[in-house]
Amino acid sequence: MSGMDIDKKLAVRTEGLTKQFGKNRLAVDNLDLDIKKGEIFSLLGPNGAGKTTTIKMLCCLLKPTGGTARIMGLDILKNPAKIKQIINVSPQETAVAPHLSVLENLVLVGQIYGLSGREAKRRAYRLIELMSLNERLRDPANKLSGGLLRRLSIAMALISDPKVLFLDEPTLGLDPKSRKTLWSLIRYLRGKKTVLLTTHYLEEADALADRIAIIDQGRLVALGTSEELKRQLGGMQVMTVKADSLSPAAMKNLKKIYPQTAIADSHLIIKAEKLDFNKVVDLLRGEGVKINWLSMKEPTLDEIYLKITGRSRDNEII
Amino acid sequence: MRLFSLAGRNMKEIYRDPISLILGIGMPVLLILLFTSIGKGAPVDIFMVDMLVPAVAIFSFGFLIMFSATLLVKDRQSAFLTRLLAAPLTSSDFILAYILPFIPFALLQIAASMVAGVALGMSFTSGTFYSLAILIPVAVICIGIGMVLGSLFTENQVAAAGSIIIVVISLFSGAWMDLEMVGGIFEKIGYILPFAHAVDASRAVINGAQLSAVSDKLYWIVSYLVVFICAGILSFWWKTKR
Repeated sequence: MSGMDIDKKLAVRTEGLTKQFGKNRLAVDNLDLDIKKGEIFSLLGPNGAGKTTTIKMLCCLLKPTGGTARIMGLDILKNPAKIKQIINVSPQETAVAPHLSVLENLVLVGQIYGLSGREAKRRAYRLIELMSLNERLRDPANKLSGGLLRRLSIAMALISDPKVLFLDEPTLGLDPKSRKTLWSLIRYLRGKKTVLLTTHYLEEADALADRIAIIDQGRLVALGTSEELKRQLGGMQVMTVKADSLSPAAMKNLKKIYPQTAIADSHLIIKAEKLDFNKVVDLLRGEGVKINWLSMKEPTLDEIYLKITGRSRDNEII
Repeated sequence: MRLFSLAGRNMKEIYRDPISLILGIGMPVLLILLFTSIGKGAPVDIFMVDMLVPAVAIFSFGFLIMFSATLLVKDRQSAFLTRLLAAPLTSSDFILAYILPFIPFALLQIAASMVAGVALGMSFTSGTFYSLAILIPVAVICIGIGMVLGSLFTENQVAAAGSIIIVVISLFSGAWMDLEMVGGIFEKIGYILPFAHAVDASRAVINGAQLSAVSDKLYWIVSYLVVFICAGILSFWWKTKR
């Protein structure tokens, strides 16, 4: 496939993107990423991993010290003005005008992106409906709760109908209910917009992203779908069984198939990259074991994340 | 259109904050009422209403420093500025949108001081209008200082630095005391800064002098205007490009 064909399918391509602050602090290190059009792509990493710096470079707010990136085929170094017309961003902080109402905030951003007052209002009302902000449209932004502010912030980023939307930690600090509400709104954008979202919540990347790039200390350390990452990086399925009359022979036979089989807290724990549910149940029943209860847990991104960035998470805790 | 949208937003942020209105417009009126009543009991030249009104107007511009700095620093710290910088706005859109909305506010401050002055017996002459040629540049100097503070400092630092500058204006402008009578280093510092020149010039013009008679003071003010607007623009861009 030619470079031009690739560019047509990609919304974002970074090539050796690097940002160094001062002499010693390398915030983003030689980052190569391809993000397809219509994809929800997550940059996952601990605090200070370089996620926000990457977004700032892609939004033409920071100049890279090395490499470059293209947004919808436009180079961030050569075409910042054109790129700014086709992207929008919801920054990590809520970034709203506090004394302006919900409606006024939306119309303001629409007009800044060149919409007429009428068109900005039309789109604002649609977004207010989509984000369920109807009851608060005349309220000043400084009276909104954290969850509503985040919804407003994302609506402000959508009003210009951007081709590429950057969401920097969109659910940071929100309660679980508000987070779930925002997740459903972000899912609604799948296929309609290219979304690059940064997060340090594993479950967020797992729940929302088509593909995930894990970055640590400015470097890309893993890339793939959630399933691919779990498989590639050795995530384990875990079956927990509560059973009566578990014989040594049953344990021995199980261990032949799944070596990581053990008893813990009077439960039978079986771990493997790929567990065959029926095989385990048939084997246990065949040995005369009475199964009272069992559960099966899929591998989580948590394991992968800790495996890759364990040192950084330790640093975060300190 | 984009410039006016952003300038309009900045204007709403100022006018919808009751503290801006109370401090920026209510305070000068209160000071004029207070000092003219003191002047009735102790007749000193600087407390005569014709002398007091331009001085209070210039002192009240000190609050413009606080307002412009606070607007900018809050936009910076809330990342609203990041949102704006990611939008297709030009450099001049930004600069003008953070300067222009304060000029009508300065005019309101001047109008409030003048109305209070006229109500207390100040004569309303052509000199009252000519004084705008002195007062408006001083207001723009204050907006420029506000841009410098708002670009470089945090919200807490802005509050502290802004208060210090208001005290400096108060002490060294000659608004509340005759700098020539105080003399010494006080007078020297006062006349290095633009505010004492502005107070002297606007008092003279309101009391019948021609603008040409105060041209030396006007040049002094315009020089400071150029310096602080350039400093405001440079510090804004230095901070946002980092």
